[in-house]
Amino acid sequence: MSTSQGLRDWLLSEEPTSRRQAKYASWYKGWLTLRSNTLAMLGLFVLTFLILCAIFAPFLATHDPFAQDLGNRLLAPGEGGHLFGTDSLGRDIYSRLLYGARISIYIVLLVVMVAPLVGLIVGTVSGYAGGWIDIVLMRITDIFLAFPRLILALAFVAALGAGIENAVLAISLTAWPPYARIARAETLTIRNSDYIHAIKLQGAGPFRIVTKHIWPLCISSLVIRVTLDMAGIILTAAGLGFLGLGAQPPSPEWGAMISDGRQYILDYWWVATIPGIAIFAISLAFNLLGDGMRDVLDPKEDNS
Amino acid sequence: MKTSFVAAAVASLLAVGIAAPGAAQTPPNMLVIANRIDDIKTFDPAESFEFAGADVSRNVYQKLVNFDPLDLDAGYQPQLAESWEISDDGMTITFTLAEGHTFASGNPVTAKDAEFSLRRAVQLNKTPSFILTQFGFTPENVEQTIVAPDDKTLVLTLDKPYAVSFVLNCLTATIGGVVDMETVMANAVDGDMGNAWLRTNTAGSGPYKVVDWKPSESVLMDLNPNYGGETPAMERVIVQHIQESATQRLQLERGDIDVARNLSPVDVAGLSDVDSVKIVDELRGRLMYFSANQKNEMLSDPKVIEALKYAADYEGMSNSFLKGQYTVHQAFLPRTFLGALGETPFSYDMDAAKAALADSGYPDCGPIQISVRDAQERMDIAQSLQNTWGQLGCDIELIVGTGAQTLDRYRAREHDIYLGAWGPDYPDPNTNAGTFAFNPDNSDEAGATGLLAWRNAWAIPEMSEKTLAAVVENDTETRAEMYRELQREHQQTSPFGLMFQQIEQNGMQSSVENFVAGGATTAVSYWVITK
Amino acid sequence: MADQNVNQTGGRLGPPVPIWVRKSLATVATVAATILGLLFVTFMIGRVMPIDPVLAVIGERATQAQYDQTFIELGLDQPLLVQFWIYVTDVLQGDFGTSIRTGQEVTTDIARVFPATLELATLGTLIGVLLGVPLGVIAAVRQGSWIDQLARFVGLIGYSMPIFWLGLVGLLIFYGILGWVAGPGRLGIFYQGIVEPITGMILIDSALRGEWAVFRNAFSHIILPASLLGYYSLAYISRMTRSFMLEQLGSEYVTTARVKGLSEWQVVWGHAFRNIRIQLVTVIALAYANLLEGSVLTEIIFAWPGLGQYITTSLLANDMNSVLGGTIVIGTIFVGINIFSDLLYRFFDPRSK
Repeated sequence: MSTSQGLRDWLLSEEPTSRRQAKYASWYKGWLTLRSNTLAMLGLFVLTFLILCAIFAPFLATHDPFAQDLGNRLLAPGEGGHLFGTDSLGRDIYSRLLYGARISIYIVLLVVMVAPLVGLIVGTVSGYAGGWIDIVLMRITDIFLAFPRLILALAFVAALGAGIENAVLAISLTAWPPYARIARAETLTIRNSDYIHAIKLQGAGPFRIVTKHIWPLCISSLVIRVTLDMAGIILTAAGLGFLGLGAQPPSPEWGAMISDGRQYILDYWWVATIPGIAIFAISLAFNLLGDGMRDVLDPKEDNS
Repeated sequence: MKTSFVAAAVASLLAVGIAAPGAAQTPPNMLVIANRIDDIKTFDPAESFEFAGADVSRNVYQKLVNFDPLDLDAGYQPQLAESWEISDDGMTITFTLAEGHTFASGNPVTAKDAEFSLRRAVQLNKTPSFILTQFGFTPENVEQTIVAPDDKTLVLTLDKPYAVSFVLNCLTATIGGVVDMETVMANAVDGDMGNAWLRTNTAGSGPYKVVDWKPSESVLMDLNPNYGGETPAMERVIVQHIQESATQRLQLERGDIDVARNLSPVDVAGLSDVDSVKIVDELRGRLMYFSANQKNEMLSDPKVIEALKYAADYEGMSNSFLKGQYTVHQAFLPRTFLGALGETPFSYDMDAAKAALADSGYPDCGPIQISVRDAQERMDIAQSLQNTWGQLGCDIELIVGTGAQTLDRYRAREHDIYLGAWGPDYPDPNTNAGTFAFNPDNSDEAGATGLLAWRNAWAIPEMSEKTLAAVVENDTETRAEMYRELQREHQQTSPFGLMFQQIEQNGMQSSVENFVAGGATTAVSYWVITK
Repeated sequence: MADQNVNQTGGRLGPPVPIWVRKSLATVATVAATILGLLFVTFMIGRVMPIDPVLAVIGERATQAQYDQTFIELGLDQPLLVQFWIYVTDVLQGDFGTSIRTGQEVTTDIARVFPATLELATLGTLIGVLLGVPLGVIAAVRQGSWIDQLARFVGLIGYSMPIFWLGLVGLLIFYGILGWVAGPGRLGIFYQGIVEPITGMILIDSALRGEWAVFRNAFSHIILPASLLGYYSLAYISRMTRSFMLEQLGSEYVTTARVKGLSEWQVVWGHAFRNIRIQLVTVIALAYANLLEGSVLTEIIFAWPGLGQYITTSLLANDMNSVLGGTIVIGTIFVGINIFSDLLYRFFDPRSK
């Protein structure tokens, strides 16, 4: 009790004694603001729940998500010990949903590792170097921005072949340009600051300046954008799955599950509806959290 | 105050929605059909080779001989030709043309038109041209081999004495459609013999003519005012492209359409208690099969193939997701074809499958990729095979792609297992025998990409001889027996696992009579329909 | 969104060319470069795609000889760059080639499918604007009230809903169960071929020709997909409106206006709202562009014969002429809208002067 009280005081101290304390303190204050935002906490709660579901899928699942039982297909929720019923091949929808959460989270994580990084590199190099490098890189960014996003993703998947990894690559390829824009804008404001001039005088090369000094300053605006984009990533991935270009059968990807169930929607509504609700829940959770985080990290509304 | 505005806007939107017309009924002289027609690329009979295209073509173009929709079992009947004679050496067929047939343009149908149409099909050399060129017609020799000495007579000279039924059956295919020479040539550009114009226009003597075609949307057909036969009851036929089975079902229930042609088993079941709607079953010629590439060492072990054939849950599939729409069929000729074989030597038997695998050189099986296109029923079948073959210890991966993608690999002989469907090109047993059981040169250089046996690298010099022998046998019963024998051998030795034959379940308003989709042999016939 | 780099580098040219000429030239060059790049990327994707366009033309029964013949006819034997060059020069002469899937000229196809998309996106945006703008304004005026919360929640749900799923469920409920709207497609079968196309947009054409039965039927088909799309732009537009309005309402002149005793209505609509008009137009233009390109899945669910569906189906058949043609149309619109909003800002926004 007393130690946690001490920790709290240390974090909320008006006069931080070290740089680290100041950093932790600002994070903690952000967390406090976030915690007071009910909707954001709801989002966080749902996300945590889904992530736990994904992690503990093998323990929570009541059936093998791939085991077919043609004799017991299209059972209604609750029938025959299947919480959410069974699909057209007699597979347990509840268990498939749990394993599907793994795929969604896996996709989001991969995209989040690739797209912002590409955007960061392109944007900072473009902003820092200026001149023709800037023109060329921004022209390329514009080209990708002018592309219909889903169609570009479709084209890439069609070219690379259907599958989760390729879907991730395709989504990343369509997602990076806005990050590049943000990173470039940040770089432009930082580039001529005294701080960077001082570092330059100390003899730091451009590579070192970009990676050690500009990147860290771009991170916070990127993080907000990424959190807000996560729902979009999930929806795009589900859209690809729905079109048969994402995860391949028998993988329980949620978009593919909707696609499988759509032909049964009139008589067996749950086959397509339940995975739809799952997609909705996870993207709403990301949106709620992202919205809350924006309030914390960037009080003024995003006008881009 | 602003909230009331929002509420008012929402309410007005909903109100307009409610006011929209609900259930409709189609006019009595108009037939409205929902179907998947996005495969139509052209209406030119010399080029058209798709299912939906054949449905149009059959109602627009007449042929020398044709099937009577109300008696398909009777086989080909006179149509534009009233009679024909075969020379003693069996190599010349002389047709005498009937009176009273007229093109939509008003021009009478003559032997010259028939000569032009058949020569044109050979000379254009489009994909379906093999149906004619297999009789020895070439662009160079058609002037001598396809000849109309006068307006009433057409003489075909073949390179071998084929079974007459074989030749005439081929002439009932879409490519045998007779076009209006005068109209077509008036629209020819750059020596294309009217190919570009006939893509989107029709010039036939059949009961209907195409008035409007919007690709992947709709085809509109009206009566041919000069049609020589009895005037059909349906004066206008509209085929609308509706992809989803559930949508077709809803439209049928609401009376928006007369016929729904792509109902899934679930939707057929859902319609069973709707009184105003009936379901008409019809056995079609389409077969569903898997085949193993013989370039794959493991899959060229006959015992492995035997194991795979035993480890397919034929009944389970046909009683669940294929229910009512595919029946178990394990020979390469569809039922109702001459020489069709009803025997099903393989049933789902894991013990037999495991025993066969244990006898093979690969008792532990191994990795197998199944190439399958992204169509629902095929994906379901593929997943079922993945499940049951997986129980044998095989490591199955599905490679899903669009039709073009999977086909590409198949033709390049790069697949392990291909899960495919095959529909007959013309209503003669040779159409399937000539592809499932014919591969005279298995080398890569041969490039016989049209032959399924070649695509699976299955070298069968002896069986190919037998297939060739069957097409020149003129005694029908002997010919049928030759095909049955061929299929029995094929069932046991081939890398093809034939599984199912299609039953088309068409949903329609109960007042619709005489809707015949065309059986295993031909396409739909609108002119006999009443409602 | 389009930025000003090119304009800056144009500054060193020297000779006394009027600024607006230089700027317009630079803009044209930028647009040309962007669209050329767009085409190049699309073209290359098509060429590396493991789908054989030849097979799409000739079907699976063709012989090797027929295959080779078509291969050469399609110009696939030429080096890639040569193929691209030929394509671009053809396009410059107005020849977009023939679709291998429909067998028709790509321009004919696009002239048929594009109005469908335009109609859907326009109505969708209209719904989004009519509902989204008032909602955003009210949410800002009554910040923190239940209606603000509602607006926020409505927006978040819009951002989180898989549109293809919502479309399916909407179709099931409003068409299947309630029967309030007509089903998929643009027009009931009996209403087809009645109205001679003028713009290709059925609602407008039927109204112009006074065919009200056709209009009602078309409306009953379009209202559900347009509402769905409208919901998405509503989410975006209301959110942006709210944040623009908040900025204005917090500014000094609003306080001054209030002090001067103007009514709340005048303050909100007369002053604050007037000032966000330009920003709002930009946002609406962007929302519109997004609907034009983002309606792919909606079109597929509702069997809407529009450009998105056309490009997607063509893509999966490797019918690259169609894909390229469609990409040019969408890319041009997107670039055009960006330039338009850029200009708007430059001419009207006091802050950017």
